[in-house]
Amino acid sequence: MDQSTVELIRSSLGPLLEGMVKGTIPLTAISFVLGLLLALVVALMRLSPIWPVSAIARFYVSVIRGTPLLVQLFIIFYGLPSLGATIDPWPSAVLAFTLNVGGYASEIIRAAIISVPRGQWEAAQTVGMNYPTTLRRIILPQAARVSVPPLSNTLISLVKDTSLASTILVTETFRKAQELAGPTFEFFTLYMVAAAYYWAVCLVLSFAQSRLETRLDRYVAS
Amino acid sequence: MTEHLLDVQGLNKSFGDNHVLRGVDLIVPTGSVTVLIGPSGSGKTTVLRSLNALEIPDAGTVRIGDVSVDFGAKPDRRQITELRAQSGMVFQSHNLFPHLSVLRNVTEGPLVVQKRPAAEVNAEALELLRRVGLAEKAEQFPYQLSGGQQQRVGIARALAIKPRLMLFDEPTSALDPELVGEVLAVMKDLAADGWTMVVVTHEIRFARQVADQVLFLDGGVVAERGTPAEVLDHPKEERTQRFLHRLIDPL
Ligand SMILES: Nc1ncnc2c1ncn2[C@@H]1O[C@H](COP(=O)(O)OP(=O)(O)OP(=O)(O)O)[C@@H](O)[C@H]1O
Ligand SMILES: [Mg+2]
Repeated sequence: MDQSTVELIRSSLGPLLEGMVKGTIPLTAISFVLGLLLALVVALMRLSPIWPVSAIARFYVSVIRGTPLLVQLFIIFYGLPSLGATIDPWPSAVLAFTLNVGGYASEIIRAAIISVPRGQWEAAQTVGMNYPTTLRRIILPQAARVSVPPLSNTLISLVKDTSLASTILVTETFRKAQELAGPTFEFFTLYMVAAAYYWAVCLVLSFAQSRLETRLDRYVAS
Repeated sequence: MTEHLLDVQGLNKSFGDNHVLRGVDLIVPTGSVTVLIGPSGSGKTTVLRSLNALEIPDAGTVRIGDVSVDFGAKPDRRQITELRAQSGMVFQSHNLFPHLSVLRNVTEGPLVVQKRPAAEVNAEALELLRRVGLAEKAEQFPYQLSGGQQQRVGIARALAIKPRLMLFDEPTSALDPELVGEVLAVMKDLAADGWTMVVVTHEIRFARQVADQVLFLDGGVVAERGTPAEVLDHPKEERTQRFLHRLIDPL
């Protein structure tokens, strides 16, 4: 590696870190939390015995999973203004990623809820719990255990998918790399630095995932 | 309190085309033990589950103490909740909450549903666990216990909501033979303490020793009822005789 490349890498570390800390990470965190809340609602709707309710949820999941995330992002940012709804880059990105996580994670949460044996619902009823209490105290804690691995995948995908927000002018890690690469033509080097940052974040998340899994596994026989 | 804690009239229940309960009547005097026996599929579990509305019968009334529900008249959620609060249920497969400690399994109902003070609830729960012989297991998780111990925690959990009536659905039939005794002993204890109980079981010795009345259910109707001596030792109905014969001599 020649001197100028080393210098370039060093000078890019700061701006790309800023892209991570001010762009990628908060975008991921906010979208993931909101997306999980949405996913829980959608999962419960899909499990509802009232068919129009579950049909709406099914339709939503089908649309989200059946269309590219990039297209969803463009519809919200470039498409909605022609309908008179202009949304800034950041909120557009949060909206798109939240809707996306909501669709994918709802299927994970639904499967996890179904995996809790029926006897658990019944036992909760016999000690007097109603539906929301049963869900909160008995079902979701058990569903959490089975849904941590697949939800971690969703989260890790999201970290990487937020790079798509660069296409709608959100200053996150990848856009920073593009901005720095443009004038210098050092695409390879700068994109490698960006890739390293994403990888590092995903490594940390994988580590956190296994810690969490161990914690949640403490009440089952090994 | 009335003389009969439990009064069930005309229970009917179908699952699709399968008419499972065809008019079951049942009266349980306060402080007495009723044992339900009968062949597989005769509706024993369905009767028991109807008593605390885990199954909603199509018709019939269930009265426990002063709470009466007419299932034919489409009871609302509040009535069902009130009926449910009158009885504690012990399941064949304990259905303990696996993510909660033994103590928390017992305190969950009183704390979360009845919203009673934690200190009082914890003390009571420990007392209940002591009573079923498991005080020293309070901080363990259910998976760390034997089947018999799990079932005894299930009994303590059911008692903790202070029901008037205890329901048991084959509480020992999923257990290894050497663990059956410890569970039956706890149930015998409860009976001796004056608990009103309805028990589905095929433990004939238990029925003889503890039951005040035995009901033989067949095809969704009570085919025979009476004292243990009447039903178990001198059954009048041929189908009762056949059933008991098979139970005693399965080969
Ligand atoms: N949720 C259900 N859906 C459909 N059919 C059911 C349901 N629960 C019970 N049944 C049917 O009702 C009938 C009575 O079942 P039930 O469980 O009450 O019998 P049981 O006397 O308890 O039998 P066992 O001794 O095998 O436990 C059976 O034919 C069973 O298949
Ligand atoms: Mg049964």
